[in-house]
Amino acid sequence: MTKDKKNPNELLYITSGEMYQPYRYTLSSLSGRFLTEIKEKKKFLGVKCPECGRVYVPPRAVCGRCYARMNEMVQVSDEGEVVACAIVEFGFVDPSTGIERPVPYGTAFIRLDGADTALSHFLDCVDREKLKVGARVRAVFEEERTGSIMDIKHFEVID
Amino acid sequence: MKMEEVAVVGAGQTVFGFDRKETFEELVFEAATAALSDAGGSIGDIDNIVTVSNDFWDGRTISSMSVMSAAGSWNKDISTVEGDGMFGAVYGMMRTLSGSFDATLVVAHVKGSEGRMNLITNGMFDPIYQRPLGIDATISAALQARCYMERTGAGEEDFARVSVKNHGNGLRNPHAHLGMEITIDDVMRSRKISDPLKLYDCSPVSDGAAAIVLSNRRGLKRFRQKPAWIRGAAYCSDSYTLGYRDLADPRALRAAAQKAYRMAGIANPLKELDAAEVYDAYSYMELMWYEGLGLAAEGKGAELLRSGATETGGELPVNPSGGTLSAHPVLVAGLVRLIEAVLQVRGDAGRRQVPGAKRALAHGINGPCGQCHAVMIVEA
Ligand SMILES: [Zn+2]
Repeated sequence: MTKDKKNPNELLYITSGEMYQPYRYTLSSLSGRFLTEIKEKKKFLGVKCPECGRVYVPPRAVCGRCYARMNEMVQVSDEGEVVACAIVEFGFVDPSTGIERPVPYGTAFIRLDGADTALSHFLDCVDREKLKVGARVRAVFEEERTGSIMDIKHFEVID
Repeated sequence: MKMEEVAVVGAGQTVFGFDRKETFEELVFEAATAALSDAGGSIGDIDNIVTVSNDFWDGRTISSMSVMSAAGSWNKDISTVEGDGMFGAVYGMMRTLSGSFDATLVVAHVKGSEGRMNLITNGMFDPIYQRPLGIDATISAALQARCYMERTGAGEEDFARVSVKNHGNGLRNPHAHLGMEITIDDVMRSRKISDPLKLYDCSPVSDGAAAIVLSNRRGLKRFRQKPAWIRGAAYCSDSYTLGYRDLADPRALRAAAQKAYRMAGIANPLKELDAAEVYDAYSYMELMWYEGLGLAAEGKGAELLRSGATETGGELPVNPSGGTLSAHPVLVAGLVRLIEAVLQVRGDAGRRQVPGAKRALAHGINGPCGQCHAVMIVEA
């Protein structure tokens, strides 16, 4: 309950408390293989559209442009190019991991060589001179990997 | 008012079950492409798309956007209904009637296995007065079942008879999650969930997706399937707060049904309909909906069931598909009722076909204890 500062007798809100609403999100074979490949081999897989040939990383089931089901997985590089980036100064606790990343940190969309789409992840760099669209980056993996997107520690700028 | 003409020209549904390995995006693609192929058309024949989703069930906000590729909406107009799929069908019908679109694809999906049913359905209630009491879909249904028993004298065996009938019908439906040959005794002895409701009075939590293609007269030439014309469509809502409602009186359904019957020119639904698919999320609901739909007189739902009229081979088979008791993909289930009605009037319902069915009713509900009802009448 929250009370009005000027009028302490007036009740204003009731909070939800620590709401508990857990999910187990389905991976499907595509995402399952994508995450397994990172965990077991520190390599990236994309999925290729049978019609337009675009390679989607991370993989999804349907190419929206062609309205085609995608199944063919192809390997792409662990290096790529920054297509969008930001330096986060105001972070928050990720409710699904409980991790609050110390600010500032770099975040980016990265197009891996061989892919047509961009994967989002962290960057090791907050240097405005180096952190640019077009910067070359390479994936750095965690030592202990569990089969999650957090098995990628971050991408390092290699220019 | 006579309706402008809109028809269901394609229908697709996945197999329903718990723990399906596909993502809901994959399930939507499966159902949508099945509906397009049933229609004898392709995504290029569709002018606009209606998706049906709910953020709590999907575990993400603006859940509609995550299925837009799977629904084929690249470069197309797309909008969303947050509620039962039957309301998605109603909205799709309106868009087709608007004159802006000749053909509409409606898709609905749910992966009930990803979240926690009781927590999600608790989330539909008012957070100040009701949620802290832990009320969910099943607890509120138990309260309604008890009210209905008090008003009509229907007993738990009557509810059990619905469960026996519908689970038995489900055995003939290859899409059903839980077709079962069971007895009244099996239902009566099944685990208590929330008295008077027992396990077999409650529908399962299912995963799956469904889709339909709607077309007006102008759009028909794009498709090859024989049209199932929508001859009547109406919906009506009751109070959100359960305590403001007479829980045993399906007054919103009565209003919706009467309006749909007037549009379709139906005076005696029990005689003039050949099949009905109603939203039996819990066994007792089917008896209440008989009354709301005017198939039985007030208080006589159980009597109608006992007469055998709604059994397969009866005067008006209700839920020949096995109904929601045999597969309950929340949000999808109302659209499945419509699809089943369409298959019946087309004569394409396989082993669950009602011989010679020409006119069928489909019913969907939204909100706790059937707060809002939608009714459609389809005709070959
Ligand atoms: Zn493509």
